[in-house]
Amino acid sequence: MTRPLSAPLDVGFDYTRSLGPTLGRFLSDLRRRKVTGIRGSDGRVHVPPLEYDPVTAERLHEFVDVAATGVVRGWSWIPEPLEGQPLDRPFAWALIQLDGADTSLLHAVDAGSPEQMGTGARVRARWRGERVGAITDIECFELSDEPAEEPTEADDVTMVTTPVNLHYTHSASPTEDPFLRGLMEGRLIAQRCPSCEKVYFPPRPACPTDGVPTTDQVELADRGTITTFCVVNVPFLGQRIPPPYVSAYVLLDGADIPFLHLLLGVAPEDVRMGMRVEAVWKPREEWGPTMQNIDHFKPSGEPDAPFDSYSQHL
Amino acid sequence: MRDIAVVGFAQTPCVRETDGTTNGVEMLVPIFHEVLGGLGLTKTDIGFWCSGSSDYLAGRAFSFVSAVDAIGAFPPIAESHVEMDAAWALYEAWVKLLCGEVDTALVYGFGKSSAGQLRRVMAMQLDPYLVTPLWPDSLGLAGIQARMGIENGLWDERAMAAVAAQSRQHALSNPLAQLSGEVDADELLALPYVADPLRRHDCAPITDGAATIVLAAGDKARELCERPAWITGFEHRVDSPSFGTRDLTTSPSAVAAGKAAGADGVELAELHAPFTHQEILLRQALGLGDDVTVNPSGGVLAGNPMFAAGLARIGEAARRIHDGTAQKVLGHATSGPLLQQNLVCVMEGRE
Repeated sequence: MTRPLSAPLDVGFDYTRSLGPTLGRFLSDLRRRKVTGIRGSDGRVHVPPLEYDPVTAERLHEFVDVAATGVVRGWSWIPEPLEGQPLDRPFAWALIQLDGADTSLLHAVDAGSPEQMGTGARVRARWRGERVGAITDIECFELSDEPAEEPTEADDVTMVTTPVNLHYTHSASPTEDPFLRGLMEGRLIAQRCPSCEKVYFPPRPACPTDGVPTTDQVELADRGTITTFCVVNVPFLGQRIPPPYVSAYVLLDGADIPFLHLLLGVAPEDVRMGMRVEAVWKPREEWGPTMQNIDHFKPSGEPDAPFDSYSQHL
Repeated sequence: MRDIAVVGFAQTPCVRETDGTTNGVEMLVPIFHEVLGGLGLTKTDIGFWCSGSSDYLAGRAFSFVSAVDAIGAFPPIAESHVEMDAAWALYEAWVKLLCGEVDTALVYGFGKSSAGQLRRVMAMQLDPYLVTPLWPDSLGLAGIQARMGIENGLWDERAMAAVAAQSRQHALSNPLAQLSGEVDADELLALPYVADPLRRHDCAPITDGAATIVLAAGDKARELCERPAWITGFEHRVDSPSFGTRDLTTSPSAVAAGKAAGADGVELAELHAPFTHQEILLRQALGLGDDVTVNPSGGVLAGNPMFAAGLARIGEAARRIHDGTAQKVLGHATSGPLLQQNLVCVMEGRE
């Protein structure tokens, strides 16, 4: 058997978060090239500052200025940096205890080679030119005995935006694969459950009623019955057709599960449950492994289907 | 308190990459049939279903809902999910049984790590304000912890390589393992670093897989299984997510969970240690002496299906009670970065 179809899937989102008084102070200060810790109930100065004490869970209040220089307490070496990491050349991850702090901050150290790196090494922050109030305002740390650049003035920040971009290979299931390949040829391939004999279009990896893989392929015609529908009156971002228009559930003849598609060629006020429809395909040269090969459905002109013929599929 | 036991366990082979979807259905259907068939049960005999998986691993929203197709949830079932290793789903099911609401539960976990880039996906479990924006990878973080232990004299690279060699040797008797074989620690130490001081053999492989356990209470357990693995202690504890404040060379949460669950006197332990040094750390934290057999299956260094591997440790340990080769065993699972959260399940056989 050939491998099921697969395709790259890139997922991205800019997470935007409010900071609150503790992290807000820390990130506002980073923007000013300053590092601020917070004193815990046991007297330890935590950098980065914690909102609540890790031992007593008390709310913490007492901010403490610390230096942007410190000592490496532990490290690893990354010979091949990954997307999004602070440096695009080999670097060290390190837990760094800043001068005046009792706990350690995670960041990158631009040490050149692992031979240069060591526990106990002195480091200082390399500040980014354009600072926005984020942990990445420290570009990285560098090996140095010298002080870091002097603090400067900047406005407070109350929010932080973190872009997240992840990359996947999305695979179709063994039952979705013939469905997608069929669509490329203008064919509608469903699957029948060997136990309850229900016909699924689109197919699923297992029958949701019986929990057994569907094994029998069934080819369906491109016509069916509207089981239910809605008239879209609300405009939204990315809308392709000006409202009002009709989104309808279409139950293909011989299928047991309706799917949502676009209904055109009829005024919204004339659409009915039970209305018979047929597919309007895009030009063949535009076909791909997608249900979008069917541009929309339109009324077929046949008499309406009786309610009993689709009442079990609502 | 009600007596509750692990009565059934099944898992898929651990493989580097499957053809299946990220919703796990293709991996789950066969192991549901195996575990239920082995007990003479059908889906309608199960009182509660609980799963562990992750949408970040799958790269899609609500992947655990699609996974329910593998059950055939008709008539409707009682079901729950945790976005954690399924060992924590097992804990939820155990509580459900303790409450007397049901007599049986089926717990499952699945993960298709090959779909994404696991080292980056794991950054999503870190502090989203100050840590995730740096995209620390799981190997880089574990490397810091390993070096701290080396420099504190708790282990060294040779001891770490010996853990890897032992895992692969144990895995020779595990037909579902991904990595197995006779390897020499010296050969392993000659290989390059992937995240100095970690070499490839120090890191669990990237694995696709799934696992399932059936729990039953009292007489139902005795009816289903000749030697049920009775749960005598089941505890989980968590350390601060701020790993710069913790001593990374030990794991207070593992120590506490082990004490509370009664780890003393176990003959055999399956530890969820995705890095070689973490197996050494956990042995120390759980007080497991040289007389305790650790990871006879090879452990997760021989195959690490994310979100199922912790559950599989409990299943592997329970199996040694079922087959009569052990009397008191321990299954361990971890979650979060650098052994932040730890769960210990102690099980015993009874004559």
